[in-house]
Amino acid sequence: MKAWDRVLKARKKDRPTSLEYLDVIFDSFIELHGDRLYSDDKAIVGGLAKLGDIKVTVIAQEKGKKLKDKMARHFGSPLPDGYRKALRLMKQAEKFNRPIICLIDTQGAFCGIEAEERGQGEAIARNLYEMSALKVPIISIIIGEGGSGGALALAVSDEVWMLENAIYSILSPEGFASILYKDGSKAPLIVDEMKITANDLLNLKVIEKIIDEPEEGIEVHFDQTAEVMKKALIEKIEELSLLDKTTLVNRRYDRYRQFTYE
Amino acid sequence: MKNIFKKTHYIQLTPNPKNTNEANVPTGSWIKCPNCHELIYKKALKDSDFVCGSCKKHFRMDAESRLDSILDEGTFLEMFTELKTVNVLNFKGYDEKIKALKTKTKLHEGIMTGTGKIEGREVAIGVMDSRFLMGSMGAVVGEKVTLLVEMATEALLPVIIYTASGGARMQEGIISLMQMAKTSAAIKRHSDAGLLYITVLTDPTTGGVTASFAMLGDIILAEPGSLIGFAGPRVIRDTIKQELPDGFQTAEFLMEHGFVDKIVHREDMRSTLSGLLKMHS
Ligand SMILES: [Zn+2]
Repeated sequence: MKAWDRVLKARKKDRPTSLEYLDVIFDSFIELHGDRLYSDDKAIVGGLAKLGDIKVTVIAQEKGKKLKDKMARHFGSPLPDGYRKALRLMKQAEKFNRPIICLIDTQGAFCGIEAEERGQGEAIARNLYEMSALKVPIISIIIGEGGSGGALALAVSDEVWMLENAIYSILSPEGFASILYKDGSKAPLIVDEMKITANDLLNLKVIEKIIDEPEEGIEVHFDQTAEVMKKALIEKIEELSLLDKTTLVNRRYDRYRQFTYE
Repeated sequence: MKNIFKKTHYIQLTPNPKNTNEANVPTGSWIKCPNCHELIYKKALKDSDFVCGSCKKHFRMDAESRLDSILDEGTFLEMFTELKTVNVLNFKGYDEKIKALKTKTKLHEGIMTGTGKIEGREVAIGVMDSRFLMGSMGAVVGEKVTLLVEMATEALLPVIIYTASGGARMQEGIISLMQMAKTSAAIKRHSDAGLLYITVLTDPTTGGVTASFAMLGDIILAEPGSLIGFAGPRVIRDTIKQELPDGFQTAEFLMEHGFVDKIVHREDMRSTLSGLLKMHS
C-alpha cells in the first residue's frame, strides 16, 4: 500500500479513537482530571485502569467523535495544560509503581495564542526530559496520527508501537510539501520519501512493533484488533516489569541515544 | 468562530525564517538599522557585538563572534567536528545543500560546541548559528548537543547553550524529531548529577529546539527582542486567522508569562554569565 493511502486511513472519519480502545483493552477505568496549574485539557484523557490484573496509568489523546465533542477536545491537539496533566499522572504512576500506557492520536500540539502564552514548548520539553528517566515501564501506541512534537511528548518510552495504518512524522505531509516543494498539494506525491508509515519507522528503529489491521478495515473488526493489542501489552509490561529500575531507565536512554548517523 | 469548523488547530515543527533581526546587508560599508533607520558603519558592528548604537536593537550574530564576545580570549576548544551530516531519508539535493552551506558559512553544522573559560571558569558551551539552514536540528546538531552535555556530565562542568533555530530539520524527517528526546534525556542526566545548565535564547528560537533543550535550563536567559515560541507566528496567524498582539512571542512576552528568568543585554551577557557561574562554584 502506498504511504498516501495510509495517511487517508489514519485520518478516516470512522477510525476508532482512544476512548474506544480504553473501553475494550482496560477495565475499571477511573478518569483523573486537571494539571493542578491551570485547567483540564480534554484533548488528553488520563487515569487509572486495570490491564488484565495489572494496575496501570493510561494517558490518551482523544480527537472526539461528534462535532461538539471534537471542539471541546480541540480535535485532539493538546494545550500545554494537557501535557502537564499527562506529566502529573506519569509522576503519580512512578510514585505508586504503576506502568504507563500512552495512546497517541494527534495532528500536533495545539496552535494558538493561549498555547504560546502558557508555554507549549516548555510543556513538551519537560515531558521529554522527565519521561526519559521515569522508573516505571512506559509503552506508547500510535493508533492514528502521530504528529510531531505533539506526539513525541507522550512517546519517550521503552517501546513505541504503531497500528499498521497509523502515521508518525516530523510534520504533516501537506506542511512538508509546502516547505520543501513550495506546494502543499504535492503531499500525495512526496509522502513516500518522508518515511512516515509503520514499516518505514520499524526499519528506522523508531518503533518496535506493528499491530496488523483487518483487511476489511479496523472499524469492522475493532474488538479483534484491540484484543491483540491487549494481549501484546500484557506480555510486554510483564517482561519490562522484571527489569530492575536502573536497567529499565538505561535502556530507554539508549533507545533514543542510537539516533546518530556517522 | 466559523474557522474552527474548517480547520483543526494543530502545529508541527516547522522552521520559520523571520528576518527582522538580520543585519545582513552584503554590499557597501554602511547598513541601515531596520528599527531606527540610523546608518551604522558595518565594520563597527562586530565591535558593538552587532547591537545598534542608537536604538540598542540586537541583530543576529554568528556563532564565532558570539564565542569571541563571551569567552576568555583564546580559551575555546572546538569539539565534535568529525560528525558527518547523513542524508538518512535520501532526500534529493540535501547533500549538496549541506556542502554549499559549509563552504559559505565555514561552519561545521548548525551549532558550534566545545569548552572554554568565562573569567577563568571552565564551561561546556554550544552556540547555534541561524545561517546554517536556520539553525535547524538534525542528527548532527542533536548529536553535538548530546555529546557536549554528556562530556560535561562526565567532567562535572556547567553547560551553556545559545539557541538560534527555526526548529526541526525537515530534510531528516522523523530522525530530527528523535533528537528532541535524545538531547532532553542527556540534559536530565546532567541535571541529576547536580550540575548547572544555562540557556541563552536568541533570535529566533522556535519549534523543536524550543520544545527540547532551549526550555530546560536551570536558568533561562534571553536577548532583548528575540522571537521565541513553539509555533512560528506565521503558522499561528494562518491557523487562527487573526492578527497577533503586539510583542507576541518576544523575549519580553515570555518573561511576562513566566518562561524566562532574565532578559540580558548583549553588553552585560558575559558578566551575567560569569556571576551565575560564580554562584554555582
Ligand atoms: Zn537602531
